[in-house]
Amino acid sequence: MADLSVKIGSLTLKNPVIAASGCFGYGLEYASAVDVSALGGVAVKGLFLNEREGHAPPRIVETPAGMLNAIGLQGIGVHRFVREKLPELRRLGVTTIVNVCGSTIDEYCEVTRVLSDAEGVGAIELNISCPNIKEGGIQFGCSLTGTYDVVSAVRKVTSLPLVPKLTPNVTDPASFARASEDAGADAISLVNTFLAMAIDVETRKPKLTNLMGGLSGPAIRPIAVRMVWECRQAVKLPIIGMGGIATVTDVLEFIIAGADAVQVGTANFVYPTLWADMIDGIDKYLDRHGIARVADLVGKMER
Amino acid sequence: MPVDIPAAVIGNTRLTPEYNVLSLAAPGVAEHAAPGQFVMVKTAPGLDPLLRRPFSIFEILRDASGAPVGISLLNKRVGVGTSLLYDARDGDRIDCLGPLGKPFEPVDPPAEAWMVAGGVGLAPFATLAQALAARGTSMTLFYGGRSAADLFHESFFTGLGATLVITTDDGSRGERGRVTRPLERALAARAATLPVTMYACGPTPMMRAVADLAATHARPTFVSLEPVMGCGMGGCYSCVVRVTRPGGTHFVRSCIEGPVFDAASVVWDALKGGHH
Ligand SMILES: Cc1cc2nc3c(=O)[nH]c(=O)nc-3n(C[C@H](O)[C@H](O)[C@H](O)COP(=O)(O)O)c2cc1C
Repeated sequence: MADLSVKIGSLTLKNPVIAASGCFGYGLEYASAVDVSALGGVAVKGLFLNEREGHAPPRIVETPAGMLNAIGLQGIGVHRFVREKLPELRRLGVTTIVNVCGSTIDEYCEVTRVLSDAEGVGAIELNISCPNIKEGGIQFGCSLTGTYDVVSAVRKVTSLPLVPKLTPNVTDPASFARASEDAGADAISLVNTFLAMAIDVETRKPKLTNLMGGLSGPAIRPIAVRMVWECRQAVKLPIIGMGGIATVTDVLEFIIAGADAVQVGTANFVYPTLWADMIDGIDKYLDRHGIARVADLVGKMER
Repeated sequence: MPVDIPAAVIGNTRLTPEYNVLSLAAPGVAEHAAPGQFVMVKTAPGLDPLLRRPFSIFEILRDASGAPVGISLLNKRVGVGTSLLYDARDGDRIDCLGPLGKPFEPVDPPAEAWMVAGGVGLAPFATLAQALAARGTSMTLFYGGRSAADLFHESFFTGLGATLVITTDDGSRGERGRVTRPLERALAARAATLPVTMYACGPTPMMRAVADLAATHARPTFVSLEPVMGCGMGGCYSCVVRVTRPGGTHFVRSCIEGPVFDAASVVWDALKGGHH
C-alpha cells in the first residue's frame, strides 16, 4: 500500500485522481453510482457570480477519439452553489475544488470571496481557459499580463489554494505557468480544451450551434502530456495534469511527465464508475515498482 | 441507482434491414428499470465511437420464474453506433449503464392512457403498457410507421388489452398519413368529462403536433425526448431542453430531469434533433 496523498498548497488530496470540471456536474449527480468521497477531489462545473444559460444545443459532437463541446458554462451561479450544493458535498466528505469563472477581474475576485467565506471549499481552480465564451475567461488565459493580473488579484482575496487552469491554445504554455507562479498561485492545472471545429459536409453547416467548441478526450492526450512536461521544466509549483486520461496507464504517463495530480473529464462520460480501479491501479503500479509514495514518481521520466 | 454492466448479447432479432431488437443480459439494470427509463450503451469497445448512445429500455426480459434477467433495445440503424448494434452477435459484450432518467407515470382508471408512437419511438411503450395493464387502465396505442413492414410487436400490445390505431406513410397498413390525424379525431370525439392522459415518443415534429393537440383539447400529455446526450448522468450539460418553469424558461438536462417531460412545458422551437 503506497502513499497516494498529494499536496496542493495547504490542501492534501487522498490520492491524485480528480474529476475534471464540467465533466462531473456538481459532483452530487454521481453520488448514486460512485463513492465520490473516495476521489482525490471533485472539480465542479465552472461558476460565475450569477446563473448562466449556456449555448443553444447541439452542444457536443463526437470526433475521432474525442469530442467537441460548446456548453457555454451553463451554471447556477456561486450563491446557489454555496446554498444548494456545498452543504451536501461537505456531508458526503467530498474534497471540493471549485472552478471559478469571470467576465472581469472583479467578478473572479467576487466569486472567490464568496467561496472563501463558505465552508467546505478545498481549492479554487481559476478558469482562465474556457474557449467557449466571448467575454473573460480565455482572454485572460491567452495573455501573459492578463494571466498575471487575474491571478494576483484573486490571490489578494483568498487564502484557499489557488490553481489557475491554463489553456493549451497558446504556443508556450510554460510561460503561462511561470506567470501564474510569479502571481502567487499554489499550483496550476492544464490542459483545458483545444479550440476546434467540425462541419457537416452534406448540409455545409457547423456541427455545433456555437460554430466552435473545445476538443477533449484521448485524441488530445499526447499534446497535453507534452505541455505538462514543458510546465514541469519551468515551475516548481504542483501541477494538475489532464487531457484525454482514460486508463491508469494514462494517469501514470502524466505523473511521470511531471503532474502531481490528474483530472479525468471526457472518459468519465463513457465510464462513470472508472474511479476505484484507476486509484487502485496507481497503488498497484507503485508497489510493483517499489515506490513508496506517488510523490516520488512525479516528473521521473528517464531519458 | 444506475449500474454499469458489461452485458452479454443474448439475442439479436433483425426485424427489417433497418430495425432490430437486441437482447442483453443485464439483471442489475432490469431489476430496477421503470417505464420510460433509458440506458447508455457503448456500441463498440475502444475509442471509436467514443461516447455512449442513449436507448429506451424496450422490454424487461425475465427467466422462467419471472425474475428480471435482462433488457432489450429496439434499434434503428441510422449511423455508426446504431449500425454496430444492428450487427451485434450473441456473446458480444456491450457496456450498458442504467437505468437512467425520470420514468413515465402511468395513470390509473378511470383515466384512459393513449400512447402515440412514431417509428422507433415505440420503444418506451412496451414497459409502459405493462404498467398500465397492471393497473387496469384502458389504453390505446396510436402507432405510425413508414409502411406495414416497419410496424412491430403489435400482438404484444393487443395481448395486454390495448386498442391499436395504425397509420402508415404509404397506406400499406391502416390509415394513410400522419398518426396525429386519427388521434385528433379521437380527441374531438371524446367527452371532456372523460379523462385521458397521452404519452408520445417519436420524431420531434410528431411529438410537437401531439403537444399542440394536447393543448387544444386540454389533455395532460407526456413526451419522451431524445436530444444529443453525452453522459446520461447529468455530468456534461449537453442534452439540455428548454422548458418553462416558474420564473421563466430554462435549459434543463434531459438525462436527469427527463427524458419524459410534460409536453406543455417544452419550448418546442428550441428543440433540435439527436445524433446516432
Ligand atoms: C462537456 C465539457 C465541459 C467542460 N466544462 C468545463 C468547465 O466548466 N470548466 C473548465 O475549467 N473546464 C471545463 N472542461 C474542460 C475539462 O475540465 C478538461 O480540461 C478537458 O476536457 C480535458 O480533459 P479530458 O480530455 O479528460 O476531458 C469541460 C470539458 C467538457 C468535455
